[in-house]
Amino acid sequence: MGLFGKKEKAPAKQPAPVAAPGGRTVNINVEHLTRVEGHGNIVLNAKDGKIEKVQWQVSEAPRFFESFVRGRPYNELSHITSRICGICSIGHSLASLKATEAAMGIQTTEQTEILRRLAIHAENLQSHVLHVGYLVAPDLLGAPSVVPLASSHTGAVLKIVGLHRLANEFSNLTCGRTVHPVSLIPGGFSHIPSEKQLKAMKQKWVDAIPDVVAVAEIVLANAHKLPNFTRETEFIALTADDEYAIYDGDIGSTDGGRWPVAEYEGITNEFVVPHSTAKYTKHKRDSYMVGALARFNLNYDKLGPLSKEWAGKFGLKPVNHNPFMNNVAQLVEIVHSIEDTITQIDKLLEKGVNVNERPKFEVKAGRGVGAVDVPRGILFHDYTYNDKGVITKANCIIPTNQNHNNINLDFQAFAPTIIDKPEKEIELLLEMLVRAYDPCISCSTHYLDIKWKR
Amino acid sequence: MTKPRVAFFDFSSCEGCQLQVVNLEEALLDVLALVDIVEFREAMKESSTEYDIAIIEGSITRPIDVERIKKIRERASILIAMGACAHLGGVQRMSNQWTGEENKAEVYKRHPGSETTKGDSNPYFAQPRHRAVDEIVKVDATIPGCPIDTAEFGRVLVALLQGKKLPIPDYPVCVECKKNENICVFETGGFCMGPIARAGCGAPCPTHGGECEACRGYVDHPHTQAHNEVLKKYGLTPEQIMNRKTMYTYRYVEEAKGGE
Repeated sequence: MGLFGKKEKAPAKQPAPVAAPGGRTVNINVEHLTRVEGHGNIVLNAKDGKIEKVQWQVSEAPRFFESFVRGRPYNELSHITSRICGICSIGHSLASLKATEAAMGIQTTEQTEILRRLAIHAENLQSHVLHVGYLVAPDLLGAPSVVPLASSHTGAVLKIVGLHRLANEFSNLTCGRTVHPVSLIPGGFSHIPSEKQLKAMKQKWVDAIPDVVAVAEIVLANAHKLPNFTRETEFIALTADDEYAIYDGDIGSTDGGRWPVAEYEGITNEFVVPHSTAKYTKHKRDSYMVGALARFNLNYDKLGPLSKEWAGKFGLKPVNHNPFMNNVAQLVEIVHSIEDTITQIDKLLEKGVNVNERPKFEVKAGRGVGAVDVPRGILFHDYTYNDKGVITKANCIIPTNQNHNNINLDFQAFAPTIIDKPEKEIELLLEMLVRAYDPCISCSTHYLDIKWKR
Repeated sequence: MTKPRVAFFDFSSCEGCQLQVVNLEEALLDVLALVDIVEFREAMKESSTEYDIAIIEGSITRPIDVERIKKIRERASILIAMGACAHLGGVQRMSNQWTGEENKAEVYKRHPGSETTKGDSNPYFAQPRHRAVDEIVKVDATIPGCPIDTAEFGRVLVALLQGKKLPIPDYPVCVECKKNENICVFETGGFCMGPIARAGCGAPCPTHGGECEACRGYVDHPHTQAHNEVLKKYGLTPEQIMNRKTMYTYRYVEEAKGGE
C-alpha cells in the first residue's frame, strides 16, 4: 500500500545478516503508529549494530486552520478551532476564547473562571483516563489493546470505562457536549449547570476515588515495565503562584524564567529541520517537552495531598527527565483533577451559582493571545481582529508540535540503548516512547519538509 | 456465523468521531459482541488488510489520500462515511475558498524552511483540496455530524447488520429542538440553521444556549427559500447568512456554483 500502507514493513530491504561481533541489521518502519491520535510513522534503520537513521515522521494532511479562519466572526472562532482536535476540543475552545477576550479586553466573572477550571478538569480526566487506561495499560499488561484486556482483566477494564464515562458526563455538564463543547462562549457560558447538578457531580467524583486508586494500583504493580531512560531536557508549562496551573498562568521553564503568555513566540521559536515533516520548537536547549510531566516538574508543590501521595508511591519527584514517566504524571494529574474538582465545586456552592449569568461586552479591534495547558501540554492561540470583530490573522501553536523535536532527540538517545534487543521488542519500546508523549498529531497544524524512507 | 470485520480509517479530521465511538463506553463491549474490530488506530494496535466494513473519518485532501481511499474502497464490501469531514468535507473545506498555494503561503510562509511546501513536488503538500469521501469513491452509508452522535452510531451499526433502512432522520433539527422545549433561537436574537439542518443529534447546540450550525448537512429537500425569509425577517444580513452557510456546508455552496 505504499507510503500510507498499514503496518506493512519496508519491503525486502533486508541485507544478509552481518556476522560482525555484536552487530546486527535491523529495519523497522512502523507506519501509522497505533494508539495515538493522528498520523505518525517511526523509522529505524540499523546496520551492524550501528544506527544509520532513527526518525519520527508526521504524515498528517494539512487542514489550514490559520488560513481559513480569516474572515470569520469572533463568535464562531472557538467552535471552528475546537475542531483542530477532538480529544482536546475543550482546551482548544478555552485557548481560543481567552485569545478573543484578550484581543477585545473582555473581563470574565469569578463564576466563569471556576466553571472553566471544571471544564478543563473534565477534559483532563477524560483524556488521561483514555491514555493511561486504554492506550498505555495494554503495553504494561502485555496486550495489543484494551479489547483482549476486557476478558483477561474484566474488573479493571470496567473501572477504567466507568471513570471515562464519568469524565464525559462531567464534560457534558460543564460544556453541553464532551467532543466539541457547546456552552463555552466569549466572556462566559451560554448554559450553566445548577447547584443540584454540581453537588451530584461532586459526589460522583468522591465515590470514584476508590476506583481510581484500584486502577493506579494496577499501574503501580506494572510500573517497573516502563523503561528507565533519562535524557535531560527543558520542560515548559503554565505556572502560577496560587494553583497547579492548567487553565491559567504564566509560561514557566524548569531551566528558570517566567514570561507572560503574550511573549510566547520568544519561547516557541518555531523552526524547520530537513528531516522532519513537522515544525519544531526550541527554547534554550536543543528541544523542550510539554505535557503532564512538564506541569508536574514545574508545579509539583501546588498538588493536593492525595496527588502527592501517589507521586511518592511511584517515586516520581521533580525534576524527572524520564519521558516514560509522563504516563505516571498523567495518573497523578487524574488524582489532582478529582481533588481540585471537589475544591472548586465547593467554592462555587459556597458563593451560590447564578445560572442566568450571561456575558456582556463590546466588540473591538485588537490582538490577543490565549494559553491553556491542555492534556498534552501548553497550547497557544493568537488572534487579530478588525473593528467588526472579524479575524484577520491567526496563529495556533499546538502541544504535540512542541514535543516532536523532543521525541526525535529521545529516539536518538534511546535507540542505541535497546538496539541489541529482538526487533519486535525494539518496535514496542519505540512505540511506547512515542505513546508516552500521548501525541495528538491531527492537531499539529503545520508540517514541513519530508525526508523519504526508501 | 462469523462476525463481520470492521476497520476504522482516518483521513483529514480531528479524530473526534473515533473518540465518539470510544465514548460508547460500556456499550462498546456490546458492539464487540456483534463485530470484530480489526483496525481502530486511535484505540488499538492491531491492524488488518482484511475487512468487510470500512468506516472512514475525515476529508480527502491530496493525491496520496485519494489513492489510499480508493484502495480501501476496493477491499471493503461496505464503506461508511463517518462525521462531517467524510460527509461534507468538514470545517477545513472552508479553505477551498482559496487556492492550495494561497493556503500554504498563509500557514507556512512566515516560517523558515517553508520553501518545501510550495508546489506539488512534495507529495505531502501536493494539491491540497478538502473533499467529501463520496466525491472520490462510492459511499454506502453516511453517519452525519460534527461530531457524530454516539447513540446514533450504535443505531446505524445495528440497522446495517440487520439489513434494515438506516435510522437517519429526514426532518429538521427544529423538530428535536421543539421536543426539548427550547425557546426558538430566532426569538432570542440568534441565528439558527435548525430549519434546514438534518436532525438526529438531539439538538444539543440550541439546548445549551447555542445555535445550530448545520454540521449534519441539510435535509433531503431543504426549504432554503423559506429559511432565507425567516433570516431576513429577523434582520440578518446577507453577509451573516453566507458566513454560516459556508461553515459546515461549503460543499453545497460549491455544488450550487457547479463545482469548484
